[in-house]
Amino acid sequence: MTENDKASSRPTVADRSSSAAIAVDHLVKVYKQTRAVDDISFTLPRGSITGLLGGNGAGKTTTIAMIMGLVLPTSGRVQVLGHRMPEESAAVLGRMNFESPYVDMPMRLTVRQNLTVFGKLYAVKNLSDRIAKLAEDLDLTDFIDRANGKLSAGQKTRVALAKALINQPELLLLDEPTASLDPDTADWVRAHLERYRRDNNATILLASHNMLEVERLCDRVIIMKRGRIEDDGAPEAIMARYNRTTLEEVFLDVARGRVNGAKEAAR
Amino acid sequence: MTELSLHSGISVHRIGAMILRYWYLLLSSWPRLLELLYWPALQVITWGFLQLYIAENASFFARAGGTLIGAVILWDILFRGQLGFSISFLEEMWARNLGNLMMSPLKPIEFLLSLMVMSLIRLAIGVIPMTLLALFLFHFNVYALGLPLIAFFCNLIFTSWSVGIFVSGLVLRNGLGAESIVWTLMFAIMPLACIYYPVSVLPVWLQYVAWTLPPTYVFEGMRALLIEHTFRTDLMLAALAINGVLLLASFGAFLALLRSARKHGSLLAGGE
Repeated sequence: MTENDKASSRPTVADRSSSAAIAVDHLVKVYKQTRAVDDISFTLPRGSITGLLGGNGAGKTTTIAMIMGLVLPTSGRVQVLGHRMPEESAAVLGRMNFESPYVDMPMRLTVRQNLTVFGKLYAVKNLSDRIAKLAEDLDLTDFIDRANGKLSAGQKTRVALAKALINQPELLLLDEPTASLDPDTADWVRAHLERYRRDNNATILLASHNMLEVERLCDRVIIMKRGRIEDDGAPEAIMARYNRTTLEEVFLDVARGRVNGAKEAAR
Repeated sequence: MTELSLHSGISVHRIGAMILRYWYLLLSSWPRLLELLYWPALQVITWGFLQLYIAENASFFARAGGTLIGAVILWDILFRGQLGFSISFLEEMWARNLGNLMMSPLKPIEFLLSLMVMSLIRLAIGVIPMTLLALFLFHFNVYALGLPLIAFFCNLIFTSWSVGIFVSGLVLRNGLGAESIVWTLMFAIMPLACIYYPVSVLPVWLQYVAWTLPPTYVFEGMRALLIEHTFRTDLMLAALAINGVLLLASFGAFLALLRSARKHGSLLAGGE
């Protein structure tokens, strides 16, 4: 085999990007004077669950919004399921979905009406069967014909999750999926997400402030601070690097600028 | 089943899903339905009585029977058509649902087409009872205008969509802080559209401005029909041509404002 042959058989950056669920390359977002996201790069393999950690204003939501195509990057590129965002979004939007505290489901529509509308938007086949299955899986049956505005916070979150799963997405983007939920409901949602990933080999990227949630769900953690990636790796490896036993302690080290000291101590 | 498309990329199913969403909303809220009927009815009753009073006291208006009430009905098609479009759009802003829609496979053109259909549905709910009121209370039968009514209607609804698309883009870009434009922009063109008086009343220099607005041609055409019993095809064709330009321009502006909203992150914010 010649050098040229070897070179051509080696996976290129473009190959890795197209086989990845998400490939973010030197992404920058500047709002007026603020660099909300500052030159970040990462690749998420298909079937992985990755947690995006960081304090308020770290750039998590902006990063997710750029991956979804809701916000245009100032520079850099995003590929989702092998397609450039937002230029080729039409090719992937039907294969992904999201849940975010920044959006609501229409309040006056019932749960069933909302799921019907979104199911039709995503061209879901056998929609009534799909809604029935989601209602059973997410325990929505008792209030499926109630207006969304009359539900409790926990019920609304489950409905939002049902909307996010209506098209059985290959890629699920979740921004604070268990915020404002009681521990029981939050645990229940996490269990459902784990099951969904396992059963569908789906890729999940979730932004969260809940460290226990990230430890439990994620096989990889990306920690952001002031728009940059501060650390990236498996939860156990990151905790070991900082000589900490929980991600919460690592989070506090990063947030309070004790990064170098903690890493030094670990060495 | 393969997806039914008008042509590459536009999905009738997705447009239908959005119409279903607004239909559910209308049915779930009686105040929304009442609001559609209330103002047009109030308008036609007030102006109808005024028309009666003037007709009894001025020979010109006696001859030109129906010009006022006809103008009110046509103005309502223009104004309610735009509101019907824009309120459906605002419902998404009020519900904080825009992010869900923008993240879905729904395309901007499909979204706008669904808003156009909804403006027709809302208009029908409000204006058909209004025309029946005019018939029974004031013996003014707008349907007696015949085929010209279709030309008037099409030109007015095209203008209302152009304005609706443009102001929706402004709200998309600037958030609900720009909501007041939705309610007031149409009134800005009201004096120049010459709804209740002929264009010749305006100063000459302002007449040039008035003739850039398609509704001006419609209201002149209506007066020609009711007073001189002449259907001015030339006016309708000119209005249609300007409407074509306006619709294209408003769609271009909407896409530019949508792009600007993505650039400034306002799709997720959506507030004031």
